[in-house]
Order: sequence, then C-alpha cells, then structure tokens
Amino acid sequence: MKQQLKIKSDRYFPVRTITVITIMLSFIAIMSSAFETKEAFTSKDVTNDHIVKDSVESVKAFMQVYKVLMSPRCMNCHPSGDIPLQGDDSHIHTMLPKRGKDGKGLYAMKCTNCHQPENTVGIHMPPGSPAWHLPPSNMKMVFQGRTPNQLAKQLVDPKRNGNKSMAQLLAHADDALVMVGWDPGEGRSLPPMTHAEFKKEWTTWINNGAYAPKP
Amino acid sequence: MITLNINKKTYNVDVNPDTPLLWVLRDTLGLVGTKYGCGVAQCGACVVHLNGEAVRSCVTKAKRAEGQKVVTIEGLSENNDHPLQKAWIEMDVPQCGYCQSGQLMSAAVLLRENPNPTDQDIDDAMNGNICRCGTYLRIRKAIHLAAEMKRKGI
Repeated sequence: MKQQLKIKSDRYFPVRTITVITIMLSFIAIMSSAFETKEAFTSKDVTNDHIVKDSVESVKAFMQVYKVLMSPRCMNCHPSGDIPLQGDDSHIHTMLPKRGKDGKGLYAMKCTNCHQPENTVGIHMPPGSPAWHLPPSNMKMVFQGRTPNQLAKQLVDPKRNGNKSMAQLLAHADDALVMVGWDPGEGRSLPPMTHAEFKKEWTTWINNGAYAPKP
Repeated sequence: MITLNINKKTYNVDVNPDTPLLWVLRDTLGLVGTKYGCGVAQCGACVVHLNGEAVRSCVTKAKRAEGQKVVTIEGLSENNDHPLQKAWIEMDVPQCGYCQSGQLMSAAVLLRENPNPTDQDIDDAMNGNICRCGTYLRIRKAIHLAAEMKRKGI
C-alpha cells in the first residue's frame, strides 16, 4: 500500500508543478494585456480623438482642397525650385529672388524689401503681408508638380509639412499668409472657391482621416 | 507728423503716413541721391536701408519707417569712402549713373552679410537692380574689389 501511495504521489507531482506554472503564466499574460490595452487607448486618445474615418468623404474633400493649393495664389510660393513664381500664369518671379536658408530671401533680395506689411495699391503691385516668405530651404514644402496623392501624403507628414501636427494643420487654414490668397491685390485671380468653402473642405479632409487619393 | 531717423539725424515731417518714403526723402527733405525709377518696386533705383535691409523706398510707406533707422546713399559713409564707393570710382563703374545709388545700397547689404561673395552671390544679391546702360560687369568687378579692400582694411 505504501509502495502504491508513493507511486501515486510521484505520478501527481508534475501536475502540481504544471498548475503553478500555468497560474504564473496567466498572471503575466493578464498584466501584459492590461498594459497593452492602456497603451492602445492612450495612443488612440491622442491622435484620433475627434477623427471619424471616412476615406470617401476625405478624398472627395481633398480633391477640392487640391484645386485651391494648385491655384497660383498658393502654388506660386510653393515652387519646385528656389525662385518663387508670379502671376496667374505662374511664371518665374521677375528679378529672380532666391529662397535663402530661412525662406525670406537673400542679401539685398529679401521678400519684405518689396512686399510690404499690406498690399501696395495699384494693378500688379507687390502683394503684402507682415511675414512674406517662402518655405525654408530645409523643408521646401513643394506644391508645384505634385499629384493629389503626393500632395496629400506630404501635407500630413510632419517631416515634410513644417513639423505640423493635425491640430496645427487645421489651424493653418487661417494663417495670415494663407489668407492673402483671398486678398491678392489688383490684377490677380482668386482661388477657385471662397476661403470659407476652402476651410470647410480642408477640415472635412482632415477630420475624416486625411486620406490621400489613389495614385 | 512723423518722426524719422535718417542718416543718424532725426526729422519731424508733416506728411501723410501713407506717402512713399522716397517722396519724403526727395521732395520733403531734399535728399535727392536716391532716385525714382519705376515706382513699382521693379528696378532698384530707390533702394535705401531700413534697419539695414535694402528696401525699395518707392513702395515703402513713410509710416513703416517711423521710429526705424533709415540710411540713404548720402549716409552710406562719412566721406564717400565706403569700400564700395572707392571701388566704384576705381573701376569707373557708372555710365549715366542714374541707378548707381541703388546699386551701391544693395551691394552694401551683400558685403555686410557675405564679405567674400562669388559671382553667383553677386548675381543673387543684385538681380533686382537694373542698369539701362548695362554696367553689370563693372559692377561685379567693383564688388569683388570692394570685398578685397574691406578684407585688407583699405
């Protein structure tokens, strides 16, 4: 009998070990899962708290946004080269002023040497704003030549959009220099929609997930 | 009444604040070294320094200059001895001379920010100053000479 009990005890010993290991593993799994859940929630909370993702609405809105961004009033200061564009035909700016490191021009050819804090009166006179400039040389934020797909992706990439968050991107619609596009001075066409319409499309694009149209 | 600091002197001028600075300089104060060329910020004949920057005075309103530091060609140096002025004479740069005060004021900003400019730097700085006589090559040489004079302390 004693022999039988010993055999039985030997046979059940691994079961208890397995039970202990199982309990420990379960505890670890529960703890890990708890951390994972918290992290996911935090991430979602920070980046997507107000975003209702709708790729169709988002892309539709961006195609309207794109028409404005590619109009001369926006694109002329987002050139592919280092010289701004000018006029409704987006020709190279007369006098060939260059971007410079900070986007404000070079030497005797700084933007605000001609562009005053406000529009200068008269047809084709220099339009104005207190901080007239191009994007800086280390982040050129080119619009010229970009497809809708390329431009949408560029606009939401902080490494290519001037380090802007989504909130800053939304606010950029009301930037003083952006607003000049709708008050460009005599002799220049306006963007293809009002600023209010543009802002609505811009906001719809971003708040629906800032999707890029297909390439 | 607007208070202007021009060539280290203070002037109180009774002008409309929207009057172009060029008009105030020439017509109100008699500082006629700065020239009227195009009146639309295209030629550079009217360049003066506003806080050290080469602004076009034909489109710069007097109110923008209020309380700021303005320097015209008359104030570029005490005795017409700025290295650029000496180099301009040495190289016999001017032909008709009309654009030259604007050229000098623009070149002065270039040399202040880049004491050893290349031909490309000179073009980048001077593209906005038009010379109907086509003295561009002599202007370029004179700027190089002035840079050298400045480096040598001449």
